[in-house]
Amino acid sequence: MSVLQALDIGLGFLVFAVAAWTVFARGAFAATVGYVVYGLLLSLVWIRLFAVDVALTEAAIGSGVTGVLLIGAAARLRGSETAADEKSLSGLPRVFAAGLSLLVAMALAGVVLLFPDEGPSLAPQSMQHLPETGLGNPVTAVLIAYRAFDTMLEKVVLVLAVVGVWSLAADPHWGGAPGEARAERPEPTLAFLAQVLAPLGILVGIHIFWVGADEPGGAFQGGAILAAMWIIVMMARLTEAPSTSAFWLRLALIAGPLVFLIAGVGGAVFAGSFFAYPPGFAKPVILFIEAFMVLSIAVNLPMMVAGPPRREPKR
Amino acid sequence: MSLVDLFSVVAIGAGVFFFLAGTVGLLRFPDTLSRLHALTKADNLGLGLIALGLLPRAESTLGAFKLVAIWALVQLAGATTAQLVGRAVRRKGTAA
Repeated sequence: MSVLQALDIGLGFLVFAVAAWTVFARGAFAATVGYVVYGLLLSLVWIRLFAVDVALTEAAIGSGVTGVLLIGAAARLRGSETAADEKSLSGLPRVFAAGLSLLVAMALAGVVLLFPDEGPSLAPQSMQHLPETGLGNPVTAVLIAYRAFDTMLEKVVLVLAVVGVWSLAADPHWGGAPGEARAERPEPTLAFLAQVLAPLGILVGIHIFWVGADEPGGAFQGGAILAAMWIIVMMARLTEAPSTSAFWLRLALIAGPLVFLIAGVGGAVFAGSFFAYPPGFAKPVILFIEAFMVLSIAVNLPMMVAGPPRREPKR
Repeated sequence: MSLVDLFSVVAIGAGVFFFLAGTVGLLRFPDTLSRLHALTKADNLGLGLIALGLLPRAESTLGAFKLVAIWALVQLAGATTAQLVGRAVRRKGTAA
C-alpha cells in the first residue's frame, strides 16, 4: 500500500467520522460546524478523484454558502431549540425511524456493491463532441451544451428559492429591504476583512468563471465566490441589502435563466432545435449565457442568505 | 537528493511540526483564548513553511505566486476569525 492510498483511506474514515459526529452533535450550531467541515473534507475527496470542478462547487456551495445559510438558521432557532428537544421521538416511533434509516442505508450499500466493475460511461462521447462546442473543459460542455435545459432549470430553482424566502416577510415589510441596515460604525475587524477581501474575491470570481471554458471552474463556482464577497460586505454592515422591490435587483435575479431561455428558443429558430447552438458560434453564445448566469447566481445566493425583508419599504 | 529537495523536506517538515503542535494545543489548552493562540501559530507558521517548501516545486512563476497568495489569504482569514472569536469571548465575560 502506497502512502497516497493510506492517506485516501484515512480521508475516507475522517469523512465518516465527521458525518457521524454531525448527526450526533447536540445543538444546531455544533451540527452546522460539523457539516461545514464535512463539506471541506468531501471537496478533498473530489480532488483525489480528479474531479476538480466538483471539488470547487462542493467547497463554494455545499460547504460555504449552505454553511452560512445553516448558521443563520441555527442562530434564529437558538431560543426554540430546547423546546423542540423535549418533543423528540420516543418509544415505538423511534425504533421505527431507526429501522427505516437502517433499511435505506443497507439498500444503498447493496446497490453500491452491485455496481458493474466497469461502470457505464458517456465520457468518450462527451470528449468526442467537445471540439464542436469550442470549449476545452468537458464539464462546462456537459453543463451548458449537452444538458443545457437541466442547467437552465437549476437556475430557475434558485429564483424560486429566493421567492420562497421573500414570501416569509411580514405583511408591512413586503417589498422592503432584508437584513441589517448599514452601520454607522461597522465592527472594525469584519470591515477590514470585507474591504481587503472583496476586491480580491471579485477578481478571483471573474477569473474562475472565465477559465471555466477551458479549465476547472465555471459560472456556478465563479458566481458563488462573487456572492460570498457580497455576503461578507453585508455581514460587515458596510452596505445594506437593496430593497426587494428594486427593479434592477429583480431583473438581476432572473437575468441568467431568462437569457438562457431566450438563447434556447433562439437555437430552435437558428440552429434547428431547442437549446442547440449555431455551429461555429457555440463558444461565444455559451460565454454570453454564462456571464448572465454568473450575475444571477451572485445575486440569488446573497439574497437567500439575507433572508426575508425585515424593514418597511420606503415610500 | 538535491539541495532544493532538502530545502523542501526541511521546510515542509517544520510546517507539519507547527500544525501538529497547534493541534495538540487546540486539544489540550484550558481556555478559548489560549486555544486560539495555539491555532493561529499553526495557520501562520505551519502553512507559511509548507508554502515556502513548495515554492521551488511550483511549475511556473504564476503557480508560485498563487501559493503565496493562498498563504496570505489564509493569514487574513485566520487573523480576522481569531479577532472575532476573541472579541466574542470577551463580550461574554467568560474565557471558558
